[in-house]
Formats: sequence, structure tokens, C-alpha cells
Amino acid sequence: MKISEIRDLLGAAVLCGDEMDRDILSACGSDMMSDVLAYVKNQAVLLTGLVNPQVIRTAVMMDMICIIFVRSKQPSAQMIEFAEENGLTVLTTPLRMYEACGKLYAAGLKGNGEVNE
Amino acid sequence: MSEPLKFTYSVDGDNFTSAGQASVQVKKVLRRLGLDPETIRRVSIAMYEGEINMVIHAGGGEAEVLIHEDCVEIILRDKGPGIADIEQAMQEGFSTAPDNIRSLGFGAGMGLPNMKRYTDDMQIESQVGVGTTITMRVNL
Repeated sequence: MKISEIRDLLGAAVLCGDEMDRDILSACGSDMMSDVLAYVKNQAVLLTGLVNPQVIRTAVMMDMICIIFVRSKQPSAQMIEFAEENGLTVLTTPLRMYEACGKLYAAGLKGNGEVNE
Repeated sequence: MSEPLKFTYSVDGDNFTSAGQASVQVKKVLRRLGLDPETIRRVSIAMYEGEINMVIHAGGGEAEVLIHEDCVEIILRDKGPGIADIEQAMQEGFSTAPDNIRSLGFGAGMGLPNMKRYTDDMQIESQVGVGTTITMRVNL
């Protein structure tokens, strides 16, 4: 699924990144970064309600390509700058975690466990 | 045998916000050296979790990364409280992290198990009241 499709499905605003054509292979929704670090594979998107610099670092460590903040959460300018330096696309959606994940799943974006099996 | 490339970093224990900066640096260095992406990912995740642990539990410490011909070695040294029961600490879900750390996205008891999961070898030397040294290797 392309980042542009995700943006449209979630009614999300783009905070940084201009590679809307990039393909996302899987998704993970979590506020626990250690769980993200345990399970996520390449070319994934992270949906989270947690807002701190560790979210960006976690995504960078995992080679993820997109972060979506739910419930209209706004990362700091510093976080956005760090994401940009590392080539990450950052979106924010007014939807809650469950709704955002549900919309992407229903549109065919699989969870990480399913993609790896 | 040529000498391994060696990088050392000091991990600031006072600031959770900056935890992980050394791992970000290491990731950049390994990329520049042209290591394969999967190896880079494994090294940086293991080191990142280790760095976070040092900040949460030990008031910071020192990280050393050695690039040998056949592996990347990560040595994390701290002068923290030490780990009384290593076997228990290695269990997924076991955590002694304070609640405020959980609200920051860590402290779920996944740090040490993740470090083991992503490396080919991990040794923990720890003495209560003295500190902990963790040595990890990722084969090339």
C-alpha cells in the first residue's frame, strides 16, 4: 500500500516526507517501543499514540519508513527534523488507534506477523 | 590480523530524551562502512536497547563498538546497581523499571531478551552494587 493511500484512508496530515509513492508492506500499532523493536520487519509503518523522541529513534533503528501519530498528536519540531534527516515520512491522523489500524487492515494492509509467516 | 576499528561513546544517564544517540551514531558509521542492512539493523537495535537500559537502571555508562573481521562486538559498561538474578532479568516481561519509564514506551521487560534475540552471542557480567558489563557479538 502506498503512503498516499494511507494518508487518504486516515484523513491524515503530512508533517514531513515527500515520498508518497513509497510502498508499505506491513504495519504495527503500539505505544510500547520495546514491542516494536521485538517484532517489526522492513518497510513497515508504525502507528502510535506515544509522542517522544524515542518513537523516531525506534523507527530509525528498525528501518521503518513511516510513522503515524493517532488522535491528532503533534510531535515537536525537533522530532520532525530528526525524522526528516533519516528519510522518514510522518503523518498525524485525528482517528484513534483502533480505528486507524482497522481502516488500514480492512483496506488490505497486513500486520507484521502475517507478512513474515 | 589487523586491529579492529573501535568507537567509544559515553551514555548520559540523566536524560531519557537523549537515550539512543550513541546507537544512532553507530548506525551511521556502519552504513558508511558498507555493512549489509540486516547486520546494521541487528547491531543498532541491540545497542539501542542496551543504551536505554543503562539510562533507566544505571545512570548511564560507556559503550564501545569494535568492528572485527568476522563480527561486530558491542561492549556496554555501567557502574549501576547490578543485576541480582540474571536468569529472571532475561525473561520476557520481567521488569524492574519505574512506571514513568513505561509511560515513555519502555520498561516492558523486553530489553535484554531483545538484545539476545538480535545478536549471535551475549554475555552478562554483573555484580550487585558494582555494575554490569554486557558483551554482544553479531557475526559478519
